[in-house]
Amino acid sequence: MALITCKNLKLGYEGEVVVKDISFEINSGDYLCIIGDNGSGKTTLVKTILGLNKPIEGEVIFGEGLSRTDIGYLSQRTDIQKDFPATVSEIVLSGCLSHMKHRFFYSKEDKRMAMENMEKMGISNLAKTCFANLSGGQQQRTLLARALCSTGKIIFLDEPVSSLDPEATEEMYEIVNDLNKKDNITIVMISHDIRNVEKYASHVLSISDKSSYGTIEEFLEGEKKGVDDNG
Amino acid sequence: MAEIFSRLGYYFQFPFVRYALIVGVLISLCSALIGVPLVLKRFSYIGDGMSHVAFGALAIATVLKFSNNLPFILVVTTIISILLLKSGQKKKIGNDASIALISVGSLAVGYLLINLFSDKANVSGDVCSTLFGATSMLTLNSTDVYISLILSAVVIVVFILMYNRIFSVTFDENYSTATGLKTGIYNLVIAVITSVIIVLAMNLVGSLMISALVIIPALSAMRIFRSFKSVTICSVIVSVVCAVLGILVSILASTPVGSTIVAANLICYIIFFIVGKIKK
Repeated sequence: MALITCKNLKLGYEGEVVVKDISFEINSGDYLCIIGDNGSGKTTLVKTILGLNKPIEGEVIFGEGLSRTDIGYLSQRTDIQKDFPATVSEIVLSGCLSHMKHRFFYSKEDKRMAMENMEKMGISNLAKTCFANLSGGQQQRTLLARALCSTGKIIFLDEPVSSLDPEATEEMYEIVNDLNKKDNITIVMISHDIRNVEKYASHVLSISDKSSYGTIEEFLEGEKKGVDDNG
Repeated sequence: MAEIFSRLGYYFQFPFVRYALIVGVLISLCSALIGVPLVLKRFSYIGDGMSHVAFGALAIATVLKFSNNLPFILVVTTIISILLLKSGQKKKIGNDASIALISVGSLAVGYLLINLFSDKANVSGDVCSTLFGATSMLTLNSTDVYISLILSAVVIVVFILMYNRIFSVTFDENYSTATGLKTGIYNLVIAVITSVIIVLAMNLVGSLMISALVIIPALSAMRIFRSFKSVTICSVIVSVVCAVLGILVSILASTPVGSTIVAANLICYIIFFIVGKIKK
């Protein structure tokens, strides 16, 4: 049984279909990249898996005892966050909420975990700094540290490098790759950057009129064939 | 100085003055608490809309001649604020328009009802005082004070217990939902707390100026402080200090209590604004 199985998903807003016939599975330890044009429905797909949208048809099945509280998520940043008064440690700690059940306040263990994850992301010196004053890369690390407080199993990232400079982009990819390889955290990433997809991904889901899903080898094979056909 | 104190001492012999001060402190404390998430969630206008609904509910309660208006107004305002929040979650567009519709609608219908059915001689005086809170603070009876006491205590306890979750839902609602937090419940809690505070605050500053009490302390605090905790604490302190000052000044200088409190808040905002600029 896979960690997450998507069967015949048809997605869209208010009855209008954006994308259909999506079937794939995410297995533990995978590094899945979701690629596709703007507006092809990548974010919608991730939001559907996360339970933020309802699919028009089809289903998302969680396996291997995975529950919603085992998920970490790095969304595209919202307007609200641009001038939000919150420190890095406040935000990272809030990742612990997902496993607090009926406790109201953070325990020592939660705080230790937040501290550890901030150190892991190299932002422990920024703990008391306001999130809005950080650079793009530091903000993404903060949100990743929060995701790590929520889960050790699977993290979804929605275009994590879209607002970063080249250097921070490379760093971000390295960090995510380490999480996947060293900590065995399953990664699901929406990406535009084919070069880095080829470098890091283990599986690729390409969303378009004819969506395809397969391992990175199958994907590269298909790309090559496509070029040969056209050339 | 001694003269001022002796005059205050004289006024505080009257129970209604003491009631006014107690209720004022409690309400300003609660409104500042909930103001922070409301402002940050861009929900400031909901507070404003709700205050007009509360006025409409008050008008209906007056027409129906309840012995105590407060419970009726509370229920009506809470229900409508929950409905508004629900509709706001479904579709983003049109929500501000529906709030505008409901708020001016309640204002108009409320005024109409009071005019048609009131048997008092001074209708416009009554309306004026509900809108601007001109005299109503000093007509609080002990039941009102007890209701305010209990409800404020409940609001404070709920807010403290939910604090971490309110932070998470305010900062990143999608993340909270995706990671299994029941965000619907916390939005509901915020909506209910907001309407409770608005109804309570109607006695203090009148229905037109309630949102000032909710919004301004949070805005002031955000000028200087940059963490959620410090903003929350600072806005509570600002709000309580301004309420106490406003009430004392209004007693001494016989100014309308509501607008005096709001004026104190505005002055505070300007000071914080300047300090914030200098700090940068």
